[in-house]
This record gives sequence, C-alpha cells and structure tokens, in this order.
Amino acid sequence: MRTARIVMPKSARKGDVIEIKTLVTHPMETGYRRDDMGKAIPRDIIKLLTVTYGGEEIFRMDMFPGTAANPFAAFTTIATETGELVFTWTDDKGEPSVEKVTLTVT
Amino acid sequence: MIERIFGIDRRDILKSAGAIAVAGLVPSSALATPETMTSAIEKALAGKVAKPGRIKLEISPLAENGNSVPLTISVESPMTANDHVKTIYMFAPENPQPDMVRFHLGPRSGRARVQTSVRLATTQRLQAIAVMSDGSAWTDSADVIVTMSACLDAG
Repeated sequence: MRTARIVMPKSARKGDVIEIKTLVTHPMETGYRRDDMGKAIPRDIIKLLTVTYGGEEIFRMDMFPGTAANPFAAFTTIATETGELVFTWTDDKGEPSVEKVTLTVT
Repeated sequence: MIERIFGIDRRDILKSAGAIAVAGLVPSSALATPETMTSAIEKALAGKVAKPGRIKLEISPLAENGNSVPLTISVESPMTANDHVKTIYMFAPENPQPDMVRFHLGPRSGRARVQTSVRLATTQRLQAIAVMSDGSAWTDSADVIVTMSACLDAG
C-alpha cells in the first residue's frame, strides 16, 4: 500500500495563507522503460491529486510520466474555517489513496 | 563554470562516445518531436499568446540526476476571485512526452507558488506557462544541463 505524507500546520488564524507539502510513495513507471529481457514495462503513474477543503476543491495537479517518482507537491491555501482537508491521489489503475487532515482555524 | 562545461579531455570524449552509443539505442518514437511540443503548448494556450513576465520558473541550472529535479514556479497575482491564476503548465521539449505536470489554482490558493519534482530525459530548455482568469497567458523558461538521464533506461 502507498504511504502519503502531508506536512501542514494543525491550526491557523483566519485569513492566513498556509503552505501544504505532500508526498506519496509511487514508482511513477513511465511506460518507456524496458526490463532486462527487453520487455516493455507497463506504464503505472499517479495521474491526479485533488485537494478539497470543507468540501470545496482548492488544488488539483495533473501528473504525467515526466513527474518524478514519489510525486511531491507544495502549494498554499487560505485558512477560512475549521474543516477537513481531503487529499486524493488517483493512479492509472483508478485506485484512489485518500488522506484527511483537520485544520483548526481560530 | 564555463571551463567545467566546455573543457573537454580524453575521459569526456570517451563518455560522450558512450552517450551517443546509448542514445542510438533509444527508439526515436520515445522522444518528443518539436511538433508534439508545439501542439501541447497550443492546446494549453487555446489560441492565446503567452508573453514573457509575471511567472518565474526556478530550477537548478545543473542537474546531476534527471530522475528527480526539484522546481518552483511562482506567478505575480493578487489571487482574488476576479484576478487569479487558473492553470500552470510545465513543459519539457526533449522528454518523450512534453507535458510534465499541470497545477490548477484558484482564489482560495492565496498565493500562486507551487513546487514539485520532475524527470528530465536530457539537457534542455524547460518552459512554464501560466493562464490567468482574465485569459492572459505568461511564460518563463529555464535551461537545465542534465548529466544523468531519466526515463528511458531500465534499472
């Protein structure tokens, strides 16, 4: 199973811009490589990361074979209200990985 | 720096001969053509013209390993409901597929600054394009020298 790491503040003041860093373990197999026997290694990449905050999408990232293995993303959002941030990664197999983090806004 | 890049000795010649031999094994279909790069950019711009400015692409000018090269893209924008960055595109003309990564932002982003890591098949000039909510498009490019390629070799 994949492991995802999310680094972000647990709490913030309303209106603050917070930085969120995410990393998920994944080989991001490009589909261009061949194994030792010359057989093509099938493509297997994470295509999409979406992040919602209080149910509304705040960030989306489309990925391609040119995105490095164990895809990393850093971005920002405005702390609006106490709520849950839901991070969803979807790969070529259509299998999503979901992580949730609660942000407390004071 | 210049001496280091252009100073050629016997070892370098042997290495580049090896690189050419390896490059010869790469199927030509696995490398992006200028046409695929142009069509990828045209698709992103949808008829608009990207002007230089407002967007900044920061990446190391020398990457020892093309497998994971960190980069930062920032765009000057107030990020309000009426005036914000909608999409940031990142292109690599010499990669098998020019699209590398795409970020969708909005007024809730607060700031238009993103980071990620990409794969680079070879030395090339990367291009970042930001499309704003008012329909304007801005671009910046950066040259990266890659000493060890990514993508194409098994292992």
